[in-house]
Amino acid sequence: MQRLDYLKETPSQTAGPYVHIGCTPNFAGIDIYGGDLGTALKTGPVKGTEITIKGTVYDGMGMALRDAMIEIWQPDAAGLFASANETRGEADPNFTGWGRSPGDMETGEFTFETVKPGAVPFPDGRMQAPHITVWVVARGINIGLHTRLYFEDEAEANAADPILTRIEHQNRIPTLLAKPEGDGVYRFDIHLQGPQETIFFDI
Amino acid sequence: MSRSTPPQQGGFIPRDRDWQPDALTPAYKTSVKRSPQAALLSFPTTLSEETSPVFGQDMLGPLDNDLIHNYAQPGESAIGPRIILHGRVLDEFGRGVPGALLEFWQANAGGRYRHKKEGYLAALDPNFGGCGRTITGEDGSYELRTIMPGPYPWPNGLNDWRPAHIHFSIFGHGFAQRLITQMYFEGDPHIKLCPILGAVKSQEAVDALTALLDMKRTVPMDSRAYRFDMVLRGRRQTYFENRKEGL
Repeated sequence: MQRLDYLKETPSQTAGPYVHIGCTPNFAGIDIYGGDLGTALKTGPVKGTEITIKGTVYDGMGMALRDAMIEIWQPDAAGLFASANETRGEADPNFTGWGRSPGDMETGEFTFETVKPGAVPFPDGRMQAPHITVWVVARGINIGLHTRLYFEDEAEANAADPILTRIEHQNRIPTLLAKPEGDGVYRFDIHLQGPQETIFFDI
Repeated sequence: MSRSTPPQQGGFIPRDRDWQPDALTPAYKTSVKRSPQAALLSFPTTLSEETSPVFGQDMLGPLDNDLIHNYAQPGESAIGPRIILHGRVLDEFGRGVPGALLEFWQANAGGRYRHKKEGYLAALDPNFGGCGRTITGEDGSYELRTIMPGPYPWPNGLNDWRPAHIHFSIFGHGFAQRLITQMYFEGDPHIKLCPILGAVKSQEAVDALTALLDMKRTVPMDSRAYRFDMVLRGRRQTYFENRKEGL
């Protein structure tokens, strides 16, 4: 019999306490590269509704993490990704879709200046509600956590979303909803564990 | 991904959670309050996970992958045993991953990070920043120069020491492949004592994080070399009638 061998994905390891040295060195006080990657999602005038997302990552004791790194990935206002794998059209040239934030040094609060994403189809063709992919790493997290940010003010689209509707514990869905705070600002707090634990994904 | 690479379609094969570390690993104490307790929600990858940003060579400076010199004063260099680190970024099917962004960071030769919260008394090296980055070539290969990082003590157990290691952050072609890991060095006696590396479940997986001394790539009278390959999740490519965009 032949062997059915494939390579194994490299084991993940915690990003450790100093992920900022590697991924946002200028933020960490290492003056190098002339700037950190992912600091601006908008590189010029963008189409669509400009929004600000703020949030904090909390541990199981309710403590704000100040050593996390949060990344977001999203389509533009028309639902197109600025990716080499986007085949449906050309994304807004002034929008990268990718943001990276180390959070505030004192409070841990992260901020992204971005645009409200357009809808993107599910593999079976149904439309998904507008959402942003969120990825969290920090000391103590052995493998990066995937989640999604949906918008509380998209109730109709959320009610039809192929992923939100398959969640068994519907009472946990609010953990995935960014809440409007006025002036185009949304709050999206992430709870790593406890009664408000954010729904994390295995994708 | 390099801009000449054709678009890739298709979903990623599931992550092997029996192979990857669990969230809760009590010997690594910080994981206790930072580990999700509910089951993760599984669903097939969508465009949100099958796409990722493009990083081009034009974003990098000529010394970005040379930690011996990228923070050093002109004419000076970082202190420590000089090494070349090289290898390939592959997917689970063994295909090279071109255009992957690698970011890496490490302690200096004395085991101290350049960070204001660092509490270890080892000396800072004024010529060593401790970070670098590069992008893989068409075959998924990469190379960097640095100095051998030192092992260091850390506050977990009363007397825990990290083995010498280099952190890697890897961006492949889809957000589902996003990965942060650490590379260790063959022969380090701290490897089997480390609570963080202990989160990795099997000796085979520990070995996958342990780079081998590579005398063939050593530069005589200059640098030793280590080889470290990294594997990202694989993407299905097969065309199916009920899923024309790929599985």
